[in-house]
Amino acid sequence: MTFNEHVETLEEIEIRHQDTLCTNESHLVHPWWYNFKYTVVGIFFGIVFVKAEIISWFRIQEMFQLTSFFMYGVIGTAVVVGALSIMLLKKLKMKSIYGEVITFEDKQFNKGQIYGATIFGIGWAIAGACPGPLFAQVGSGFSVVLVTIVSAITGTWIYGKFRDKLPH
Amino acid sequence: MLELIKQPWHWAVSGTVIGLIVPLLLILGNKKFGISSSFRHICAACFSGDIKFFKYDWQKEIWNWFFVGGIIIGAFIASTFLTNPGEAIRIAPETVETLKSYGVKDFTSLLPADLFNWGNLFSLKGLIFFVFGGLLIGFGTRYAGGCTSGHSIMGLANLQKASLIATIFFMVGGFISANILIPLIFKLVQ
Repeated sequence: MTFNEHVETLEEIEIRHQDTLCTNESHLVHPWWYNFKYTVVGIFFGIVFVKAEIISWFRIQEMFQLTSFFMYGVIGTAVVVGALSIMLLKKLKMKSIYGEVITFEDKQFNKGQIYGATIFGIGWAIAGACPGPLFAQVGSGFSVVLVTIVSAITGTWIYGKFRDKLPH
Repeated sequence: MLELIKQPWHWAVSGTVIGLIVPLLLILGNKKFGISSSFRHICAACFSGDIKFFKYDWQKEIWNWFFVGGIIIGAFIASTFLTNPGEAIRIAPETVETLKSYGVKDFTSLLPADLFNWGNLFSLKGLIFFVFGGLLIGFGTRYAGGCTSGHSIMGLANLQKASLIATIFFMVGGFISANILIPLIFKLVQ
């Protein structure tokens, strides 16, 4: 039995790729429990979040008050390691473990990357976390951050509702 | 080994592990690294209504919830079993001084406990720091087409100009917020 029986229309694919970089490009259909391997990756990610203290509200204040190099070091290293990895994957024409060709998409610029990003940045410093760390804060026992997550989902919904009226 | 893990990690170690998540997700199933889309998939699955932006096959993206679920579990494991008890987070002294002058008192945990607690939920403090902060994050990240993971790590690593612009304006917003808005907010809520 497969979980995903629905065949996507072209329009649906287009909407799914709207305003996001994070997409599933695989055409394979697997049972739902195949997704647990992403949980394992997430567990590693969550451990790093806590151990590097990236999920700290204080680290974010330090970063924007320019009193510590730490966050710049983390993000900078991650970008360099990520970029080298992608270069290598492209050069070797690597395939996924299921033999599927790994694909890369170019993202077109729109004004959302100015207006939306500034709004996000303001929220980032106030809440002291970006989306990944919000989940890690909950896992670390700060249950009140669930409220921030619900607010973020609400904010996303408001964007979707008024998307057509916003400058892009 | 366990002793080594229990100490706070160096930024280069943490950055390397985070960077390696990018190729790992690609190799495991051609998935693009990102977090904020999980918010959108919840809207698409539960509250799509007649909104076109949420009319897509969200089941294609449930892998992202499994990933996010892992983050919660990983954070729980790390803070419960892989941390030395009672070890306070080391914050830059200048930032401690600045925040003290705003009225922050608790510097012992990852988040200021005097700010982030359920008791503050229905106060102006809670309204601004978690409700309003969360709204801006959710709205802004989707408007920008990604968050720090999608744009600043996945996008920059794939040399996307749009992601560079987004990252620059994430920082612009953050600098304005931390240095101008946050001092004003603290004056308002104290």
